[in-house]
Amino acid sequence: MSAKIGPEQVRKVAHLARIKLSESEVEQFSEQLSDILTYVDQLNELDTSNVEPTTHPLRLSNVFRKDEAGETLSNEAALANAPKKHGGFFAVPKVLE
Amino acid sequence: MELHELTIQQLSDELATKTVSSREVVEQTLKRIEKYDPVIHGYLEVHSEAALARANQIDQRRSQGDKLGPLAGVPVAIKDNMCTTEGHTSCASKILGNFCAPYDAHVVKALNAADAIILGKTNMDEFAMGTSTENSGFGPTRNPWNTETVPGGSSGGSAAVVAAELAYGALGSDTGGSIRQPAAFCSVVGLKPTYGRVSRYGLVAFGSSLDQIGPLTKDVSDAALLLRTIAEHDKRDSTSVNAEVPDYMAKLNEPIKGLKIGVPKEYFGPGLDDEVAEAIRKALDVYESAGAMIIEISIPRYKYALAAYYLVAPAEASSNLARYDGVRYGYRIKNPKDYVDMYSASRADGFGPEVKRRIMLGTYTLSAGYYDAYYLKALKVRTLIKEDFDKAFENVDCVAGPVTPTPAFKLGEKIDNPLSLYMADIYTVTANLAGVPAISIPCGFSAAGLPIGLQLTTKPFTEDLLLRIARMFESATDHHLPRPKLQA
Repeated sequence: MSAKIGPEQVRKVAHLARIKLSESEVEQFSEQLSDILTYVDQLNELDTSNVEPTTHPLRLSNVFRKDEAGETLSNEAALANAPKKHGGFFAVPKVLE
Repeated sequence: MELHELTIQQLSDELATKTVSSREVVEQTLKRIEKYDPVIHGYLEVHSEAALARANQIDQRRSQGDKLGPLAGVPVAIKDNMCTTEGHTSCASKILGNFCAPYDAHVVKALNAADAIILGKTNMDEFAMGTSTENSGFGPTRNPWNTETVPGGSSGGSAAVVAAELAYGALGSDTGGSIRQPAAFCSVVGLKPTYGRVSRYGLVAFGSSLDQIGPLTKDVSDAALLLRTIAEHDKRDSTSVNAEVPDYMAKLNEPIKGLKIGVPKEYFGPGLDDEVAEAIRKALDVYESAGAMIIEISIPRYKYALAAYYLVAPAEASSNLARYDGVRYGYRIKNPKDYVDMYSASRADGFGPEVKRRIMLGTYTLSAGYYDAYYLKALKVRTLIKEDFDKAFENVDCVAGPVTPTPAFKLGEKIDNPLSLYMADIYTVTANLAGVPAISIPCGFSAAGLPIGLQLTTKPFTEDLLLRIARMFESATDHHLPRPKLQA
């Protein structure tokens, strides 16, 4: 049986998820994800053409609160865990050339 | 009775009458942790100094005659996916490793307000993804009943420290069974409240429409007490429901008259271990002797729940875990080539295999061209499963069955086969999909001496009823009393 998700597709998904995979991981995920996707295919036995999706068990509609300034983290506290910071900002590699 | 053998309520009585001080209780618990936890590895971090300082404070307030909270001086443990300003919050992941939360989770605030003493953070499957605690980035937890077996997961650390009496109670989180399954494997009580009952503020998100925090304790009364402490409306979690929190203790010991228990026939199909099936049948006999009616019911779409769950949860996880990007907190590789490399290589190093697998699965099923076939289909099946439960509760007060298909399995036994590991969740995921409360209570042991749990489920926001039904069983049996023999 051909894999439901082949190595090329695994690489594409890994790029979307921003996870660098080794070649052995690509192979392993292709096999394991295909197994899982084959298993979940059983859902197609159920006719759901007239069924509404449940995204949430409570069926809440929007919960609003007043738009008021409250307590927030200080700049220092917000940056305390940053791997790299510079002048009160998070520092990252250059994005624009 | 030794001090460590006491339940939270027994300990509270001792503390209140000043036969023992909180300082002594904390010191003795820390000694036990030092002696037994190197083998069990239930804790990722123990906050000894902070716990002792708080114990002193509470003892002093008690001696002054101050009014104290309902958990005054009682040492408890917290799963490491709940933010604490004390120590680290790692989710057992290398990607968060040294993260120090800048605020306390709602439940941590609530425990502190009740004057409980937080001893430390417990081990778990990385980001709560797993059923054995073997997916921890910092080494597995072992089951105190048999250290060759897993404690269950993902709240394996919390279940193990309560079973081994290295804490008087603990909090866990449950996305697909992560409180109930380890509770069953370790012979403690584990309660997953109704979705919305407990604020998730400060709980590191995994599957946001499924996650719920709940207690792991030695008995049902302690679970009622802890739930009462942490259940409260919280504006900071828009899914926390603004509904009155009943006093779960008030009628706990009153049996339910004319109780109708539904037992889904589908639960006793292939895959269920004979010893577990036997223990559940005997548990149902106990209820029958107590005057309950046992009624065979059907949850027709039960067999599809696991497939729906393993689409919904990874989809939500893939989105929630996008925040671990090496920018604002957590791990970043040294000298990234560019910003894409910073994300991709940091995430490659920081996440363990199961977390990567689920992010990959979720990203795939949410991606263009597959969304309708997988994710949307799963959400529709979720509706059908919810309908099955709604219908069941029209005729019965409670749905009963096993928590797990087998007792605890051996370490390493399933680690290479993700799908077989997922099967351990088959009886628990339904409650998360439907959003209903469910509890695991000890109901016996296998011939090999491994614990077995009974699962009870009731309608949304009827934890008071659920706890009373659980208490009926506990008061008629002794299954919750034995404790494991520990190896130092």
